[in-house]
Amino acid sequence: MSEAMALNLLLFLPVLGGIVLLALPERRADLVRGLSMVVLSAQLLLAAWLYFQFEAGVPGLQFETRIPWIAAWGVHYHIGLDGLNLLLVLLSAFLGPLVVAGAFTSITKDVKLFHGMVLFLQFTMLGTFLAQDLFLFYLFWEAMLIPMFLIIGVWGGERRIYATLKFFLYTAFGSILMLAAVIYLAFTVLTQDGSPSFAFTDLYDLGFAVEVQLLLLAAFALSFAIKVPMVPLHTWLPDAHVEAPTAGSVILAGVLLKMGTYGFLKLGFPLFPDAAQIATPLIMTLAVVSIIYGAGLALVQDDIKKIIAYSSVSHLGYVMLGLVSYNLLGVQGAIIQMVSHGLVAGGLFLMVGMIYERCHSRDLAAYGGLAKLLPVYSVFFMILTLAAIGLPTTSGFTGEFLVLLGAFHAAWPQFEAGATYPLVLVSVAVLGIVLGALYMLRLARRLLFGEARAPEAEGGTLRDLGLREKAILAALVAAVFYIGLFPNDFLQKTEQAVIEYQERVWPARAGEGGQ
Amino acid sequence: MNGMLTILVLLPLAGFLLNGLLGRRLGPAFVNVVGIGLPTLAFLTALWAWRTLEAGGGAPIIETVFTWAVIGEYVFEVSFYLDRLSAVMALIVTGVGALIHLYSIGYMKGDESYARYFAYLNLFLFFMLLLVLGRSLLVLFVGWEGVGLASYLLIGFWFQDVAKARAGRKAFITNRVGDAGFLLGMFLIFTAVGTLEMDLINEAFAGGLIPVGIATAAGILLFIGATGKSAQIPLHVWLPDAMAGPTPVSALIHAATMVTAGVYLIARLSGVYLEAPAASTLIAVIGVLTAFLAATIALVQTDIKKVLAYSTISQLGFMFLALGVGAYGVAVFHLFTHAFFKAALFLGAGSVIHALKGEQDIRRMGGLARRIPWTFATFLIATAAIAGLPPLAGFFSKDEILWFALASGQGGAVWLWALGSLTALLTALYMFRLLWLVFLGTSRMEPETERHVHESPISMTGVLVVLAVFSVVAGWFALPHYLEPLLPLPELQPERAGLHMAQIIFAVMLALLGLLAASWLYREGGKPADLLWQNLQRLHRVLLGRYFVDELYDRGLQRPWRWVSDRVFLRLGDRVLLDGSLHGLAALARRGAEMFGRIQSGSLHWYAWMTLFGIAAVLIWVWRYV
Repeated sequence: MSEAMALNLLLFLPVLGGIVLLALPERRADLVRGLSMVVLSAQLLLAAWLYFQFEAGVPGLQFETRIPWIAAWGVHYHIGLDGLNLLLVLLSAFLGPLVVAGAFTSITKDVKLFHGMVLFLQFTMLGTFLAQDLFLFYLFWEAMLIPMFLIIGVWGGERRIYATLKFFLYTAFGSILMLAAVIYLAFTVLTQDGSPSFAFTDLYDLGFAVEVQLLLLAAFALSFAIKVPMVPLHTWLPDAHVEAPTAGSVILAGVLLKMGTYGFLKLGFPLFPDAAQIATPLIMTLAVVSIIYGAGLALVQDDIKKIIAYSSVSHLGYVMLGLVSYNLLGVQGAIIQMVSHGLVAGGLFLMVGMIYERCHSRDLAAYGGLAKLLPVYSVFFMILTLAAIGLPTTSGFTGEFLVLLGAFHAAWPQFEAGATYPLVLVSVAVLGIVLGALYMLRLARRLLFGEARAPEAEGGTLRDLGLREKAILAALVAAVFYIGLFPNDFLQKTEQAVIEYQERVWPARAGEGGQ
Repeated sequence: MNGMLTILVLLPLAGFLLNGLLGRRLGPAFVNVVGIGLPTLAFLTALWAWRTLEAGGGAPIIETVFTWAVIGEYVFEVSFYLDRLSAVMALIVTGVGALIHLYSIGYMKGDESYARYFAYLNLFLFFMLLLVLGRSLLVLFVGWEGVGLASYLLIGFWFQDVAKARAGRKAFITNRVGDAGFLLGMFLIFTAVGTLEMDLINEAFAGGLIPVGIATAAGILLFIGATGKSAQIPLHVWLPDAMAGPTPVSALIHAATMVTAGVYLIARLSGVYLEAPAASTLIAVIGVLTAFLAATIALVQTDIKKVLAYSTISQLGFMFLALGVGAYGVAVFHLFTHAFFKAALFLGAGSVIHALKGEQDIRRMGGLARRIPWTFATFLIATAAIAGLPPLAGFFSKDEILWFALASGQGGAVWLWALGSLTALLTALYMFRLLWLVFLGTSRMEPETERHVHESPISMTGVLVVLAVFSVVAGWFALPHYLEPLLPLPELQPERAGLHMAQIIFAVMLALLGLLAASWLYREGGKPADLLWQNLQRLHRVLLGRYFVDELYDRGLQRPWRWVSDRVFLRLGDRVLLDGSLHGLAALARRGAEMFGRIQSGSLHWYAWMTLFGIAAVLIWVWRYV
């Protein structure tokens, strides 16, 4: 089997699985779960194999497939791997089986539909990452929302309708603007080249006037920034997380949010480089505001899920800060931080789900001293907490360290040239690591330490983690330490694409900071 | 041999993993063998490494383990670097570390989390070795944050007590503030030099190619990191609270080793600081102020461990004073002697607390000298050592510090010396106060406690004896001279060069004065002192309130940040401005829809009128514009 074939199979495996799923009887929940588990595990193996086949240092796409689809509009079915999507594909495939395994006991209503939606979601998410044609990208981008709405709307908590509606309004608003920009781009290609095309590579060198670029970037950026989410477009996130079932939260935090940052990395900035350069101070500001604002909000929440939701706002602020450093250190750091956040926030949401299944409460005030009641659970929770704080040897450190180093590296020459503002922003972002420790350790302190108590703990005891739960968390923690200790393999495979990114967006900066 | 340093670092990590994963199941005997065995092996390995170093004439040994990351032209390696400085540190860490592990067997006996305790302690050793042996600032930083983690976990070891868990969190957060400074300093150096390997950084700065401004800024930023880890003003507030941890932890982490990491950092980067006189001056000033102010607080503390905690802050201040005047080797000398006598003091305090079933208030002690003689004897020696009585260890190292504070050509000044000497007097005073109140005079113990008093087991007193011996002899080893090839001592100011003998005599007189004052003030359970404080009530209140720095941080930082988060970010920002406008828009849309909905009323007349109106409008538009 060629790698390109394998990549197509990787993408369509969930669809194939979904078709088989349709044939299964509704009552056989065990079969449904088993099938989903098998399909997603196979997908993970395939993704891992492709990762090892992927060659570092090769420019452009690898394992490419390009087939004409709608000839009249110049639309192609065009997918491929490069350093920008490689790790995100791996991350999505890695989280897939864990999500299904995590839902073994928590999803008991409409099991078949639920797993169908998870498979559908997996398909559309991978499609979004793999697409190399704007039309295809847009289709996947929009289609992804349907299963997500359903997952929150059907299996969610009490206020799920409100949360879904809010999520829908935000994202639909962003999508409409992006659609307008996509259409504009398509027409420009048609008039400039005489033939229509949606290929990213064709769109990269359209050479728009700066004013046009600014408008188009604004349209794309709004859509992406809602997904990230960046302050002030974030208020859908806590509601969506709180109401979503565990699986929904894990996918949302683990993968969906990265669509936004990936969008900036793959499309937003490279498509409109001049506008991106002009907008950099603004984006940096919003990134740092997100870091601080998210950290502040996470400190004053009592709903455990909200704490982690707001921490996502803060952590993705670091990703954005890295992306706009436009040097290798910062952008590589941003990519690692994306993966790290997917693992850590995904893991924390899974753990909130585990405690919720036992005690039916997410209220921090109801808990205390779990380290006594659930020692194994607490060890895992502590490790993920430390990774969220960015303690060295965990993935969080690798990401944050490189991001901040890169951002500093970009800001220093500007400071020497008389512009203090970027350096001030970076310094504030560095102080953000204090605020991060503040809210995460508050969470750990109140949940794990103090007098032992928990709702519905019969006779003062709770069932500690079972084998299935331990296996899920062990996999996550292993990945967290792997990226913390040995990130080099990942970095080598992503570097070439990052070099192309920086040369496309800001060649002048490419000379500085690790190039 | 290649791999020697890697083995040294990995031994305690193995101890952590074994005890952490298996210790609970396999029982205390296993925990003891692993928990004491591996640190002891680490100490032997450190000795071996030191011998190898000396056999090679002191030329640094570099051992690269693996490449952490390659980003473009930048290579981030994990490698270890052994020279005389890191060798001395590694010997202190593993030597004192192994002894304290041994002591812990008796102290922690019967604790329900016995295995977890030894696992954490081994984890600490692992990160501490990473810190002192790391060649690059990055590896040092990994160890730096790692020992912070171990400290956090061990302070909150008895986590069911909320106050203890809080103390752990406070330590971590305060240290993180310093770490933010550390990171910025590291970034700046990396941007200026292009590497994080500390030997190369020192070379680059010594080469004079780096502007003074950058050296100064980087020096100050890294020093901010040091003030966190080494509990200097203004980040000293966490260390007294850290006494919530088990006492052997206080001895190892919060006295002998981890808190000296900041001193090590600056000595290690002396190449940077030699180019940054302003940063050095700042270090000397902060150091001497910390030493003095902490000593004044130690005078009035009533918790035996808190007295020692403030004493540690004060002694660390002395070390920074030495660093600030360019006497790096002397700072390390004091670090070395301090590790022994302060560990002896803390473990002695532990032995007292053990004997008194958890009592820590010195107002309810007294007369213990005959009841626990071994503890008393060793405590006495260590007290004399820290007070600076010759020929004990503290005398030599502290005298050198005061001497260079006065006479160093790199910023020695009379006022630094004077305040340092005054602090030395206070040191003798508060330490002998402690000795008197705990061991001498008549008993003020509760009868219940009194009956319980017993000398600690030999595994504890044995360790005390070893440390007491080192508290005597550690000063006889001319460490600054040994380190001089690496850390040259500063030139002396010529006009003060002849005053050394006078300074020594003066210092000894001050120590004796402190001893005499304490013996007079604290006889009869401290009645004369109480009388004295009654006349100085305001000062007494300020000292008891620890200059109200905690309150200042609480009201000036923590509460405002919570307030902003809650009121501004959450209530105003998220709820009113963002969600409010969203809900407003939604309401507007709904009202609009209702309005348009009313148009479709179902009345035929209405529709006819509307059609007519529409046609008219179109006609008018066509006539007007087409």
